[in-house]
Amino acid sequence: MRYLARRLLHATLLLLAASFFSFAILQSAPGDYFAPMGLNPQVSSRTIAGLRSRYGLDRPLPVRYGHWLRGVFNGDLGLSFAYNSPVAPLLAIRARNTLLLTATSMLLAWLIAIPLGIWSALHRGKWGDRAGGAFASALLTVPDLMLFLVLLLVAVRTGWFPTGGMVSTAFGDLNMWSKIADIARHLLLPALGLALATLPPLLRHVRSAMIEVLDAPFIRAARAHGIREWRVLLRYALPVAASPLISLFGFSVATMLSASLLVEVILSWPGLGPLLVDAILAKDVYVVIGAVMLSSVFLVAGNLFADLLIFAADPRVRVE
Amino acid sequence: MTSGLESNAKPIEPLLRVRGLGQQYIQRRAFSRTKFCVGAFEDVDLTLFSGQTLALVGESGAGKSSLARCMALLERPSAGTMELEGENLLTLDRKSLFRIRRRIQMIFQDPASALNPGLPACEIIAEPLAIQGEGTRLQRRERARQLMEQVGLDVRWERKLPFEFSGGQRQRLAIARALALRPSVLILDEVLSNLDAPNQDLILKLLAELQSSHALAYLHISHDLRLVSQFADEVAVMYQGKIIEQKRTRELFASPSHFYTQQLLASVRSVESILLERSA
Repeated sequence: MRYLARRLLHATLLLLAASFFSFAILQSAPGDYFAPMGLNPQVSSRTIAGLRSRYGLDRPLPVRYGHWLRGVFNGDLGLSFAYNSPVAPLLAIRARNTLLLTATSMLLAWLIAIPLGIWSALHRGKWGDRAGGAFASALLTVPDLMLFLVLLLVAVRTGWFPTGGMVSTAFGDLNMWSKIADIARHLLLPALGLALATLPPLLRHVRSAMIEVLDAPFIRAARAHGIREWRVLLRYALPVAASPLISLFGFSVATMLSASLLVEVILSWPGLGPLLVDAILAKDVYVVIGAVMLSSVFLVAGNLFADLLIFAADPRVRVE
Repeated sequence: MTSGLESNAKPIEPLLRVRGLGQQYIQRRAFSRTKFCVGAFEDVDLTLFSGQTLALVGESGAGKSSLARCMALLERPSAGTMELEGENLLTLDRKSLFRIRRRIQMIFQDPASALNPGLPACEIIAEPLAIQGEGTRLQRRERARQLMEQVGLDVRWERKLPFEFSGGQRQRLAIARALALRPSVLILDEVLSNLDAPNQDLILKLLAELQSSHALAYLHISHDLRLVSQFADEVAVMYQGKIIEQKRTRELFASPSHFYTQQLLASVRSVESILLERSA
């Protein structure tokens, strides 16, 4: 419990620091949401000043940050200028969609990486391992943007997958199972793209972690006792190789989140990505800060979850 | 182990005998499909007797550890025969090999990496019994506790994990695990080299006690000739993958015949003479 409390305190401090810096950086950027209105001769400077005053943009930075922080503790993330609505509900729907995409991709990536990495480690140096290594290296050299564009091209050319959105136009008329199938069909392409983008490092890490453990003397000792290969893997190698892989899982959340913003924009997945891009272009500050903070929360939560998993899996961490 | 004392009544029947043993590893050249052979050792003849210690000495890269792995049945040698009480182990099928593994056990150099870091002491010792399907869980635990006592570890530490033990205690744990299956042959691969002098002494004493109480045959790989002179009945010197000389310990130290053995002994003596000079 003390470990959890300590980790939670760290996470809170980290989020506070992230919120302050993103707030400061965004506020120090030239111009604001109302600046382009100045180009319109029909809008007077008094009107613009009035709008700035109404939304609190004329106040000093620490005051605005304090006001925003107070709001956050009451569940209010500020107001979107572009949508003229509170940021929190706007982000909630998008965050849910991003979570669905990233969780599915992460599951898919790890489900491919773990068995393939173990298989490569067991057949190291053989043609299958070398082919896997070449595939991972090739995938690593392809920029994410290119990968997503190729997937989009495949979807357009073949017509096998929807090319955008999260649901079909007739979604409302479908029964529950058809709704689930419809979302899954829309989810497949972006989830696959995101999984492929994050797969190469995972694959190489699983392989090297397994090779390291399989070469350890305690595995050789078990083999000298006549242990069967499947038991070596399940009882010996996997639990010991799990610790570095769980840490990697925490890091992969960060990679996946940043890659998801790109895939969402290209494959039109209605997540935080397109909302964030639009908000940055329009200087809709509270939406930007809200989206950045939400990403940070996902990231911190992912790492916290990984830490707790390591705490549960590795007894060495539990020693005071 | 007879602590340098040589017994005149050498058992007639050898326990483990290897003849013409050789091992080659196939490697591939970088950026090429060409394969080539690297010989780790060749034409090795060794004989181990119950209750006796054969020390294998030689420089790094001489092929000692590869030979140990082959003799512990962890690798299949590319040439030669290996007989345990007259039974050729290299012609055995998988099932018979599984049965025979309990007779030959190996203890590794680094006790920290030789023990599963996720298992408590008791389970580490009982694991060979579980692998070989011996006894119930309770019986295995009881045997593990007995072994802990035998190697001088407190049974109250049975739930402790390897990292909670000191280096010497970990090596005792590794010894207890190796003894779990009541083997006849123990292959000790530089088991003292990671320990400090007091711990080396304690482990040597423990190994000597266990040898006399269980009539164990030891193949003790070491590069420390001073220690070898204390515990070995016979010494085999390995150089560039071959056994170049094999004699009773006293005989080898008194009259080394091969140039490399003479060099090895000279290096030990020169350190001693330097110390003598300094103390003078």
